[in-house]
Amino acid sequence: MNDRLAVRKTYKLYVNGAFPRSESGRTYEVTDSRGHFLANAARASRKDARDAVVAARGAFGKWSGMTAYNRGQVLYRVAEVMEGRHTQFCAEVEAGEGLSGSKARAAVDAAIDRWVWYAGWTDKLGAVLGGSNPVAGPYFDFSIPEPTGVVAVLAPQQSSLLGLVSVLAPVLAAGNTAVVVTSKQRPLPAVTLGEVLATSDVPGGVVNLLTGDAEELGPWLAEHADVDGIDLTGAPAGRAMELEREAAGTVKRVVRPSATEPDWSTDPGLSRITPFLETKTVWHPIGV
Amino acid sequence: MSSPFQYAPAPESRSIVDIAPSYGLFIDGEFVDGTGEAFKTVNPATEEVLTEVSAGSAADVDRAVAAARRAFTRTWGPMRPADRGKYLFRIARLLQERAREFAVLESLDNGKPIRESRDVDIPLAAAHFFYHAGWADKLDFAGLGPNPRPLGVAGQVIPWNFPMLMLAWKVAPALATGNTVVLKPAETTPLTALLFAEICQQADLPPGVVNIVTGAGDTGRAVVEHGDVDKVAFTGSTEVGKSIARAVAGTRKSLTLELGGKAANIVFDDAPIDQAVEGIVQGIFFNQGHVCCAGSRLLVQENIHDEVIASLQRRIGTLRVGDPLDKNTDIGAINSAEQLARIRELSDYGEAEGANRWQPACDLPDRGYWFPPTVFTDVSPAHRIAREEVFGPVLSVLTFRTPDEAVAKANNSTYGLSAGIWTEKGSRILKIADQLRAGVVWANTFNKFDPTSPFGGYKQSGYGREGGRHGLTGYLKGVTHS
Repeated sequence: MNDRLAVRKTYKLYVNGAFPRSESGRTYEVTDSRGHFLANAARASRKDARDAVVAARGAFGKWSGMTAYNRGQVLYRVAEVMEGRHTQFCAEVEAGEGLSGSKARAAVDAAIDRWVWYAGWTDKLGAVLGGSNPVAGPYFDFSIPEPTGVVAVLAPQQSSLLGLVSVLAPVLAAGNTAVVVTSKQRPLPAVTLGEVLATSDVPGGVVNLLTGDAEELGPWLAEHADVDGIDLTGAPAGRAMELEREAAGTVKRVVRPSATEPDWSTDPGLSRITPFLETKTVWHPIGV
Repeated sequence: MSSPFQYAPAPESRSIVDIAPSYGLFIDGEFVDGTGEAFKTVNPATEEVLTEVSAGSAADVDRAVAAARRAFTRTWGPMRPADRGKYLFRIARLLQERAREFAVLESLDNGKPIRESRDVDIPLAAAHFFYHAGWADKLDFAGLGPNPRPLGVAGQVIPWNFPMLMLAWKVAPALATGNTVVLKPAETTPLTALLFAEICQQADLPPGVVNIVTGAGDTGRAVVEHGDVDKVAFTGSTEVGKSIARAVAGTRKSLTLELGGKAANIVFDDAPIDQAVEGIVQGIFFNQGHVCCAGSRLLVQENIHDEVIASLQRRIGTLRVGDPLDKNTDIGAINSAEQLARIRELSDYGEAEGANRWQPACDLPDRGYWFPPTVFTDVSPAHRIAREEVFGPVLSVLTFRTPDEAVAKANNSTYGLSAGIWTEKGSRILKIADQLRAGVVWANTFNKFDPTSPFGGYKQSGYGREGGRHGLTGYLKGVTHS
């Protein structure tokens, strides 16, 4: 019997590449599926959300300006580093979601594989979604996909890791930066994912993870003038319409939630990449 | 300075159009009386009342949507895709056959020069139908997934600046993808849409596939908010676009928005100045500047500012402002008294905020709505005329020293619809085009449009694209991307 007393982790936010506590000083108790204490998570405030948006905007130029090949390698690196923490993720998912060991393992496996899937997309989007346009005149005309900018993501409430990766990775693969509000009741795998991101060559500020309440933070992000798009997948029940209305004030791109949380084990296709891509069309005369 | 060479009037005959004393709505393949209060549409060049048009009430919109739903379920939806395509080819050909009639009617109702309605608006509208006709039976090959399906009934609201062309941008992709439509034309320019209804009849298009409900904002709202509309497509102001996005929030409706712009037209010191000046003129004075993608902010490199402005003023001095039906006219009438007031207000702000107004000596007609081509120099990025969409023939000139400054100033806008770059250096074009946050970038050209070329904005200029393969996605479900 091992009588060593474990060193517990302080679960904090992940903003601009660092792990701050909430500026508000607030925390909330996180329990496992049977109600046993797991940790006190930071409860992010409006100010934390705004700081995260500033960080995401600051990181956008660098992340979107990388070559697609480079971005793909960084996302693949996330999968590599996650694999090394496989056991830890399984334990956190099992405790938080109340899954059996094998189901938790399947969720972690799928989450890692999802990074691999999206890592391989970065340098194909231009070819699949762009092209040249045969205009009726002496012009070379081409269209290319470009990232929308800063995307706020209300992560799924149920699937705390696979669901989170399934909404975050496509936003990044497209070249956007993200401000994520994690599952409220099950935030711990997200914080651990932040530790993975911090050590995977993802530049600071590209992903910002806020543990706390989407009900509280959602409206500030939906109306924020420097947020270009919002994924409402994890919006609190009955609040999606209100958040979509807020988002209309700055013409944000909005992903509406489905009636029930999607089955994250299914093939995601391009459905979560394209909502946060813009199409740019460039014309130039042809002549000598 | 008057030229020794004067232009003789070269008016296009208006006898080719036959405007009825009044018009109803086009619902379920027939013209019917609207139950709203009728309104007049005027020729903005003369203020002459052209005719009276029915305003669609909520009940009329309801009938139109019901007709569109029936057509979707019973005829247009189940139809063989190749046959849908053939109807669209027919429409394209009918538009070409009656092109002159459409052009004259457009110029009468809108005030735009016949040279533009004849050479741009109507040929491009026909081209949009021809292009999309070919897509109707090839959607499986569009790279959008194995089973693209129509959304159902599309409610479409279009602006007054390119009435017939915007109709084509909306109706052609909707029909090609198997949807049916209820379209509301702009209040001040309903006539070519009603003439298009005749084209639908001549084409034997099944009743209900295209329904045209004229009216003002209330009619548009009824279309957008109707519970049985699956798709809303809007082109117009950012302000109205936001209210539409609010109205469809929480519904199942799919939405595309093509909204305002404040495009930067960037001229570097190595640009061919004469070509750039032509492009600047084309960018801001085309269609009286009633263009959402107009190059309304000229960003000129500081060391060539004086040379460019002198050349620009010389060129503007040769523009002919006047009778839209005269084939030599370059700049026609402002579309409405309301829009003229808006242009005047913002221009007055420009002066009040410290910019210098320049306008050429030009005689404007006594009647109608007119505004001369106008250039503001010494404009600061904080001025209203540098930030707000004037939607008129008003150019704001700003300067820059470095490419980084040009990009920063160009992107310093809540809009992101279009931009222009003028330089002889290819690598610079590609770098600047990459950095500009705008949906359409014209390099060494401006204001070019084509049905194969996706058009639409970044940021608060809207979302979704019109034209090309990308334009189809806004009207389909079951596609791998939207």
